[in-house]
Amino acid sequence: MTLFMATLLNGLSLAALYFIVASGFTLIFGLMRIVNLAHGALYLLGGYVGFEVQRATGSWYGAVVAGFAAIAAVGLVLQLAVFRHMEGQELRQTLVSLALSIIAADLMLWVWGGDTYQITTPDYLFGAFPVGLPGLPMYPTMRLVTILVAVVVGIALWLFLTRTRLGMIIRAGVDDRDMVQASGINVHAVFAVTFAIGAGLAGLAGVIGGSVLSIAPGEDLRFLLISLIVVIVGGMGSVAGSALGALLIGLAEQFGLAYTPTYGVVYTFLILVAVLALRPQGLLGRA
Amino acid sequence: MTRTPAFGLSLAAALMGTTALAQDDPIRIGSIATLEGAFTVLGEEGMRGLELALEQAGHAAGGREIELISEASDATPDSAVQAARKLVENDGVDIVIGPLSGSEGIAIRDYSKTQPEVTFVNGASAAADTTLREPSENFFRFTTDGTQWMAGLGEYVIEEKGWTTVATVAEDYSFPYSQVMGFMLDFCEMGGTVPEKFWAPIGNKDYTSIVYSIPQDVDAIYVALGGSDAVNFLTQYQQAGGTKPMIGGSITVDQSVLSAEGRRRDYLVGTPTAGPIADNWDNPAWEAFQTAYREAYPDGLGSPSLFAHGYYVSTLAVLEGLNEVEGDLSDGQAAFREALATMTLETPTGEVTLDENRQAIADIFLTEVAMDEDGELYNEVIGVTEDVTQTLGMPREEFLALGPASRDNPSCP
Amino acid sequence: MARRAIDPRAAVALAALIAAPLVLTDFWLVQILGRALILGLIALGLTLLAGFGGMVSLGQMTVAGVAAYTVAILTTTGTGPALNLPALPAVLLALVLGMLAAGVIGLLAVRTSGIYTIMITLAIAVVFFYFTRQNYPLLNGFDGYAEVVPPEPWGRPAPFYYLCLAAAAAGYLWIARLVAAPFGLALQGLRDEPRRLESLGFDVYRHRIAAYLVAGVLASAGGVLLVWFNTRIDPGTVSLGPVIDILVIAVIGGLSHPVGAFVGALAFVLIDNFAVEALPAARERFNLIIGTFFLLVVLFSPDGLLGIWRRLMRPPQDAGSTARED
Repeated sequence: MTLFMATLLNGLSLAALYFIVASGFTLIFGLMRIVNLAHGALYLLGGYVGFEVQRATGSWYGAVVAGFAAIAAVGLVLQLAVFRHMEGQELRQTLVSLALSIIAADLMLWVWGGDTYQITTPDYLFGAFPVGLPGLPMYPTMRLVTILVAVVVGIALWLFLTRTRLGMIIRAGVDDRDMVQASGINVHAVFAVTFAIGAGLAGLAGVIGGSVLSIAPGEDLRFLLISLIVVIVGGMGSVAGSALGALLIGLAEQFGLAYTPTYGVVYTFLILVAVLALRPQGLLGRA
Repeated sequence: MTRTPAFGLSLAAALMGTTALAQDDPIRIGSIATLEGAFTVLGEEGMRGLELALEQAGHAAGGREIELISEASDATPDSAVQAARKLVENDGVDIVIGPLSGSEGIAIRDYSKTQPEVTFVNGASAAADTTLREPSENFFRFTTDGTQWMAGLGEYVIEEKGWTTVATVAEDYSFPYSQVMGFMLDFCEMGGTVPEKFWAPIGNKDYTSIVYSIPQDVDAIYVALGGSDAVNFLTQYQQAGGTKPMIGGSITVDQSVLSAEGRRRDYLVGTPTAGPIADNWDNPAWEAFQTAYREAYPDGLGSPSLFAHGYYVSTLAVLEGLNEVEGDLSDGQAAFREALATMTLETPTGEVTLDENRQAIADIFLTEVAMDEDGELYNEVIGVTEDVTQTLGMPREEFLALGPASRDNPSCP
Repeated sequence: MARRAIDPRAAVALAALIAAPLVLTDFWLVQILGRALILGLIALGLTLLAGFGGMVSLGQMTVAGVAAYTVAILTTTGTGPALNLPALPAVLLALVLGMLAAGVIGLLAVRTSGIYTIMITLAIAVVFFYFTRQNYPLLNGFDGYAEVVPPEPWGRPAPFYYLCLAAAAAGYLWIARLVAAPFGLALQGLRDEPRRLESLGFDVYRHRIAAYLVAGVLASAGGVLLVWFNTRIDPGTVSLGPVIDILVIAVIGGLSHPVGAFVGALAFVLIDNFAVEALPAARERFNLIIGTFFLLVVLFSPDGLLGIWRRLMRPPQDAGSTARED
């Protein structure tokens, strides 16, 4: 019972982290059709920024804000300086993002080396929290915080997309880009804001991931892959789909690790193949 | 110093074929270390050790100048072999020092069999099979392997700590297998039991599910994880409220892990482990090495890691061998290899000799993590196991009959 | 038809490649040219898929890995099942299994097209990598297989080089003819106007899967040569780095012509081996160099080195007609 409950919560908290990363990825993809292969690099950079800010200021919340803001700014620059000039050339944009991710990974290795960093959290977030579940009286506080952050991000995104003018334009853009363009809206501004938010979410996830797990070279590719799988499973461009995909992948990974450690990763694969075979557009994607 | 010939030169060499080197030409030594990818820090450490040894010798040995050509690998065997091929077949080196990690070592050993003219001296790689099974005539290893590193730990844990039931958590590949084997051979022999072994897939970052699977009735947890994985496991174990004492594999509490940032530090104090080096060994040769390292690399680690030590010892052996034969590498380097095979090498960690498979017999340190007055962690020496052989003192046949270390071998539930 | 005649440039290049062992050292023969031919052969399949079919698959290295593992499992002693089969049946089986893998990847990938393909094949490639690292009974996990050598005399430098050259030349000629044949034209039609061709009665999926199979044959042949080149195979060979390298090679060479794959492979191998010597600080920064090179090519010469070559070769008075490409 202990193992089951713990694994369930582990799966949920991991899924929460995956959702934060993947929601940014899917947002960018949904509106702009850019498969941003540098998304993982943005995650890692966010983690490093968070680490530096926490170390300099001692504030974990400052690190969270800085991680989001700095990477959002990087995203804005990327969109304005690079991707804007090749709109509609999907393959070229993807290749450019791939090149950027290779370069960024090496630059980060240069600056921060191969060491593993952990972002220091406030003391009250470090230990275990009395959750009082059957068989599991205590559970790491930081992992519960991860779930909380994901819920907040999810609700914020939902409110943003449904209740604000900009959000409605983005949703309309996801459904029918040409129509939005034709209706006289400044799509470039919308694209830039969306890219900034999507990138910022990767940065935010980097800080959370660097606090609850750790950051090191290679994490960029891991989280890029996670984003891809989550988004393929959930449906490309759908924020709700990325939540569902993250949930499935996170739980599968943790239950796999707990009960059949050798092939834990294969469950992820089986889910991916099953979805591709039965519903290629993803669980909540549109055909 | 690294010297690399210009592109045009090597193209000319490619077109003309390499010419035979005269006796007064520099000796060309090639080095392979992981200078790309996630193991870059370890590779840099290795190169510090190598360059320190060369520096101390004035970049010369046996009356000949030494020219160093260094190549990077990324910890995959393919990249190590490619680096070796470039060094041997294009740059025409006489001696190769490297590589750093276990699978690379086995790949380089296999490659060395195809290049009988060149002598290969291991850098810091520690897979047992590199020299234990199918050894190569021209591959020498003056460093100890992952199984040897554990010598004395099992006995210490049972007799001094009184821990008789231990669960193991290690990464799922060959190097941790050999570490777990080295620990368990002793430990099981003396009546200890290992009810469960957890093998985490490489690259796994989230150990929380393993943490909750660890049986409550064990006395301690043996952890053989390296780098970021060790950091993740330790943090998650503490966050989940875990309090069982830990027994460390050689790289779990290596200096590069002890120097890393984070909060797990206090918990590590008192963790016993064993390995080829010990930070505060009270010995003049070790202290001289440590001082030289700190002076040469002020922004290096607080104390040389086992990778710096490994490359340093390997380079010392090469220099010593070259001195003994006065730089004579003629006759397929026969005299030089004979010198290597028979030498008694004085190293910062005691005397090293080679067995018939050209594998080091050396001292192993039993240590425990302690904290100095500045709050820095270090490995304090508890004891030294002298002249540890690759078979841990067992007859070779008997040891080989145990079979290679794997997920299930050995076993004493 | 000019297509039938042999291009004089190709003839000169082939003659030079055949004569290469007379002047080059073993290192240049095997490590530079041999490796470039092998990587080029694997990338050639991607040129066909991406350049002519509009499907950017990152599965080529995975298919090569399946073939390479097959050869390793079947021909080695000591590790795994230790079947110790002769090379010929092992190679044939490797080609079959490689094609099978390519077919499966194709089946999964063709249902989605364009930009989705890159995501799905990337995911498949990485999952295969994880699988190779975890499976011990068959693939020997992290350590993989060592001492996988071709039968004599093919292990020696010149014969091995000629083996690579023969495979690469055959692959090149095959693809060069294929893209001009009805199959290749239909593939390009499907890339540009899938709906129109579908309404004309073309079976889109079948055509695309056939393209994956063709690319799979090339990748499998490349995989067999690759395992002999490295004399070993382990998960590192099919990890994300090499998977992406194939894309980098195809793109920097140029996707518009089959020769681009080999041009890109040669550039890649030269940078890999000699960037250090041209730029001593580069030893630890290989990825930065290749990444920047890749970025510059994608940004400024969408058709890679081939595009640059064409621009240089074009007479100046022709410069006005750059936009039109036929």
